[in-house]
Amino acid sequence: MLSVSNLQVSYGAIRALHGISLKVEKGEIVTLIGCNGAGKTTTLRAISGLVRAAGGSVNYEGRDITRVRPHELVRMGIAHSPEGRGVFANLTVEENLELGAYARNDQDAIAKDKEKGLTLFPRLRERIKQQAGTLSGGEQQMLAIARALMARPRLLLLDEPSLGLAPQVVSTIFQIIREINAAGTTILLVEQNAHMALKVAHRAYVLETGEIAMEGPAQQLAASDEVRKAYLGVG
Amino acid sequence: MDTLLQTLKDGLTIGSLYALIALGYTMVYGILKFINFAHSDIVVLGAWLSLVIATAIVKALGLESGQTAPWWVGPFVLACAMLACGIIGFTIERLAYRPLRNAPKLNVLITAIGVSLFLQNTGQLQFMFGTRPQPIPTLLSDKVLFAIGNMQVRLLDLVVIGTALVLMIALEWLVFHTKLGRAMRAVSFDVRTAGLMGINVDRVISITFVIGSSLAAAGGFLWAVSFTSIKQPADTSWVLLGLKAFVAAVVGGIGNVRGAMFGGLAIGLLEVFGQQYINPALKDVYVFAALILVLLVKPGGILGKATVEKV
Repeated sequence: MLSVSNLQVSYGAIRALHGISLKVEKGEIVTLIGCNGAGKTTTLRAISGLVRAAGGSVNYEGRDITRVRPHELVRMGIAHSPEGRGVFANLTVEENLELGAYARNDQDAIAKDKEKGLTLFPRLRERIKQQAGTLSGGEQQMLAIARALMARPRLLLLDEPSLGLAPQVVSTIFQIIREINAAGTTILLVEQNAHMALKVAHRAYVLETGEIAMEGPAQQLAASDEVRKAYLGVG
Repeated sequence: MDTLLQTLKDGLTIGSLYALIALGYTMVYGILKFINFAHSDIVVLGAWLSLVIATAIVKALGLESGQTAPWWVGPFVLACAMLACGIIGFTIERLAYRPLRNAPKLNVLITAIGVSLFLQNTGQLQFMFGTRPQPIPTLLSDKVLFAIGNMQVRLLDLVVIGTALVLMIALEWLVFHTKLGRAMRAVSFDVRTAGLMGINVDRVISITFVIGSSLAAAGGFLWAVSFTSIKQPADTSWVLLGLKAFVAAVVGGIGNVRGAMFGGLAIGLLEVFGQQYINPALKDVYVFAALILVLLVKPGGILGKATVEKV
């Protein structure tokens, strides 16, 4: 479905990605784990066109999308829930959700999807008329995911959904990520919380200073000594 | 009591002009986070285009000077000026500002000053508007509609306040009750994330410039019909008008549409009341003193919110 090959990104003179390649197949949850500054967010941003690739290519459903602009990708079925959630704090929860469906015009289906999102995240229903800036961190993350789903994506890019959240909230979020995937959406998940990410993902890539250091089935990586030592804090 | 009412009316009239112009500053700032210094020159352009179009129509109709034009000439001239300035605003953004989208803010600011100088100087060319003030044909009769005590309400006052009010209500509706308005607010909050929602950010920015510039043109038109003679395009009084509208935007809370409307009216009333009741020579002083005061006490503006940058 998505295939990234030899992707390179530079910020000025600093090279953030030294040519990484990865694949996401339809129906999978693939996770990209690694430390702060390894280039996880940059990878997602390059896929969705927020930063320009200095080299390499991104293919999605057989089309080269390396130079496609972010707003056009939404119409092609890719939704990106950005790092730090990026909810529009000055808009209400409802307006945020409706913005997620900005690229669509099928009013009835949008209303249905909004209903679905609110069923998935009942907390948002309670706060539907509230300004998004007044929500707690966990609620904002839920809103960011629900908003991304409003685009009816075939591929969902999630950047650090666990960032800054209490452990209990994190497990709720990951439970929902699993549900979204079970309902048919392919997910590329970027996470620092390797423990949780490896639990929900089918396959994983480990990113180290702009390069793919390891890849394989998530369970296998979770069991490997290197990953256990460096990312899971055991052994 | 009569003086009070009269002053109030004058304040509302001038205030609604400030508000119209302030909206353009605030909308562009809200989205691009830079002060469009060429905005006041669009006002000038709007005023002069109104004059040129009105003169042409009056000539075509064969009216004599001093005769009032038929009722439809005013709205028609207003629509033409707004349309023309909208197109010019679009072009300026496309040619001057868009190439600098990722450049440091200072570069954009300097470019805006350049655009402003460009408009002022081309405006003074002989085949454009020239360097002399010119009279505008009478589009509205100056008749007194009614009087409350000794306060006379003229048709002109009602037209100025009414037009400004209608335009502001239309803008308020657009920004807060339409899909486009929602997109504008989203872009203003976070350009990058707005793009991820499927919003074509460049298009929203273009539309913002078109709307801001046509409101400026409306301000210019109303200014032109309020004063019978129009000063040459680089006259300092235009700069002062632009500055006061800018002050109105800042006082109300820059980036905030309702703030600009409120700020415009507040500055207009302050100026006129100070002029009437304190000292007429200091009318500009009140405006800028208010700016300093607001910046000291509430730097985000009266309706603005203190923003916290999260890292």
